[in-house]
Amino acid sequence: MSTAPLLEVEDLAISYRTGNRDQRVVHGVSFKVMPGEVVALVGESGSGKTTTAQAVLGLLAGNGKVEGGAIRLNGTDIAHWSQKRLDGIRGAVVSLIPQDPGSSLNPVRTIGSQLAEVLQIHKRGDRKTIQARVIELLERVGLTPAEMRARQYPHELSGGMRQRVLIAIAVALNPALIVADEPTSALDVTVQRRILDLIDELRRENGTAVLLVTHDLGVAADRADRLVVLQGGRIQEQGAVKDVLAAPSSTYTRRLLSDAPSLGKPRPVRILVDNQDFAIDVEGLTHDFPLTGGAAKTFRALDGISFKVRRGSTHAIVGESGSGKTTAVRSVVGFLKPTAGRILVDGVDLTTLKGEALRRFRKHIQLVYQNPYGSLDPRQTIARIVEEPLLNFEPIPAADRARKVRDMLNRVGLSESFLERHPRALSGGQRQRVAIARALVLDPRVLVLDEAVSALDVTVQAQILSLLDELQKTLGLTYLFVSHDLAVVRQISDTVSVMHKGRQVDGGPIEAVFGRPDSAYTRELIDAIPGRSMPDVAALASPPGLHARLSP
Amino acid sequence: MPSYLLGRLGQALAVLALTFTAAFLLLQVLPGDAIMIKFMAPEMGLTPDQIADIRAAYGADLPLWERYLSTVGQFITGNFGYSIQAGVPVSQLLATNLPSTLLLASLGFVAALILTIILAAASNMTGMGWLRAGLQSLPSLFISVPVFWLGIMLIQLFSFQLGLVSVISPGPVEKLVLPVMTLAIPISAPLAQILMRNIDQVLAQPFVAVARAKGASRNWVLWRHVARNAILPTLTIAGVLFGELLTGAVVTEAVFGLSGLGGLTYQAVGNHDTAVLQAIVVISALAFVVINLIVDLLFPILDPRLGIKVGATT
Repeated sequence: MSTAPLLEVEDLAISYRTGNRDQRVVHGVSFKVMPGEVVALVGESGSGKTTTAQAVLGLLAGNGKVEGGAIRLNGTDIAHWSQKRLDGIRGAVVSLIPQDPGSSLNPVRTIGSQLAEVLQIHKRGDRKTIQARVIELLERVGLTPAEMRARQYPHELSGGMRQRVLIAIAVALNPALIVADEPTSALDVTVQRRILDLIDELRRENGTAVLLVTHDLGVAADRADRLVVLQGGRIQEQGAVKDVLAAPSSTYTRRLLSDAPSLGKPRPVRILVDNQDFAIDVEGLTHDFPLTGGAAKTFRALDGISFKVRRGSTHAIVGESGSGKTTAVRSVVGFLKPTAGRILVDGVDLTTLKGEALRRFRKHIQLVYQNPYGSLDPRQTIARIVEEPLLNFEPIPAADRARKVRDMLNRVGLSESFLERHPRALSGGQRQRVAIARALVLDPRVLVLDEAVSALDVTVQAQILSLLDELQKTLGLTYLFVSHDLAVVRQISDTVSVMHKGRQVDGGPIEAVFGRPDSAYTRELIDAIPGRSMPDVAALASPPGLHARLSP
Repeated sequence: MPSYLLGRLGQALAVLALTFTAAFLLLQVLPGDAIMIKFMAPEMGLTPDQIADIRAAYGADLPLWERYLSTVGQFITGNFGYSIQAGVPVSQLLATNLPSTLLLASLGFVAALILTIILAAASNMTGMGWLRAGLQSLPSLFISVPVFWLGIMLIQLFSFQLGLVSVISPGPVEKLVLPVMTLAIPISAPLAQILMRNIDQVLAQPFVAVARAKGASRNWVLWRHVARNAILPTLTIAGVLFGELLTGAVVTEAVFGLSGLGGLTYQAVGNHDTAVLQAIVVISALAFVVINLIVDLLFPILDPRLGIKVGATT
């Protein structure tokens, strides 16, 4: 490794202009990336990590501006270069692997043409040479048969495959630095691992440095040489990964570490074994979707799923996209009529209910959705949002309603000052609290949490999880917790069903499934959880021998 | 993908059938009819018996449903009936008047599309903020201008003030310049507004950032990535606005004294010439349906996500 840094960011200050005010979002950030090194910028939303990375590429949003400091690439300050000058180095010297493979490829152009484009822009050879290089690159990132893939459109590829295309674009010209902005956050955990492996492999081959932007400490710990921890646009600390993780110097890093679910302690086993009172009893749940085209053809989204959930406990349904977990949940809340099987909620078979009876029954089983931004009507006040479910059932006097709404907001930790606010004035975590209050205002017995914490930052996620835990204890709620995140599931659940391609491949008490998985798939899922190389902070934080105690 | 094609064709036919029926019923419900207006005039000196005979000859005394069925049958075989006022087949009237209006409308449509693209491209390619703001405010100006007033203003400016185009005895091409502009400007206004908004939306897409990160210049991104994505939704609106173009053509013909469907419609309404009106409504609906069918069929070619395999060459 040479001693001259490849990238040197010094005292960088960036602000965004909204209206007539400049708001500074990055304050005096300095760090270095040596040739061939992987440096992770870690932080939560609003930490300025993405803004910093965009500035390195010269691609700040229209209202963003570098106010001070330098971005030196191979010793030359590019912070104030014109876009035209930057065009010459983007793609060739610095390239990007973006966050969301779903929207990062032009939907109306073939992937071959989008990959060829980077070579055309930088004039690397004639049509034939470029075409040959495209095929070579597609093969290199594992998209075969390459000739066929080159002619496909983005919508014909899975998320992981699209991310491979974007990686091929990023490495096409052997750049010195790749900015990887949350390259795997939108992907399933097993795909995430393969993609990160691919990036690792390619950068080693070419000696490329990587600036890895991530909210996931586990990913950073596994893949980076050095860590830069950002909070509110300021660097909290930086250093070699091992040093920072073993002995974090800032309280913020310590909090991030303790809130990271991949390290979290599993929930203590509760004595539920004798309890034969099941709130949910699903047996042989099967759902076929008709396929368009063929008349008699169907797609089996769910194939004979069975599980039981004891009253007052939490059952998790885990699986990657396409595993059937959403279909299962929609059946349990009565939105979908299953093809076959039985769903008993509090002893009532949901599959036999219809019309008004089904509507009334929904009172007992409420749903909290994934996206706290989309699930609240932006034009309603918080009071109105929480009150609305009450208006759908037996009329209650207005004063009682208002009292109930206030009580419920208190319960989820929101003060009365929130009553008249609108969702836009709330943070993601506060919105999710409102969504929980809305679900609980009908006094349901079962709460279905569909990826309810997936969109939240780890520290907020930890707060919501502890709120859910507390509510469960005081109200005796039964949770059905749907998630793709095994680490979170391990923290909150008593029992679990692991779903894969519509089948339940594993099921039972959480520690049994995690400790001795029956299926190869569950093992693969567990192995893919990032953060293997993190020091066992959890073990340090909690009494030793906890894991031993958990094994039944 | 024949099911997409068949579905669209079916919809087009349904629209035509509904338009036909609605127009037929409305025209029949109107008080008075062409026969009364033409033959009951005192100077014709016809007796009530003679008028009854004429009504019977035109089939005007048949029950509504019988007249409906026979008109449907005639239209299907391409026979639009007789104009009572002119005493000639409607198809003959259409043959003299339709081509000029169709030419005017098509030229107006094409000119509107060109104007739209020029406006949107200019506002996005210019580096000068004030020019961009100015261009972006143009559409709302255009949209609030009435067609007849615009026509008069164009004549005033280009013929009387600048003397560029003659309106007194213009040549065949010269004759069309101002009417086409009059038609195109109000149509291009909403189109350009929609296109500009779409361009802004597409520019905010992550794939644009990826293209910039490849080293693509702003103009490269605009033409190779943004254009096609932004034009797709604009196309739908263009199809819908074509209907407005037909109405506009009628007014424009009146302002510029051109012969065409405009004059024919005006006369037919005055005379309650239902056969002519029925034919004009159906022809207009047909033009509208055909344009929108073309738009619908263009979509799968422009947007691969609609699931049609364009072929191995793309």
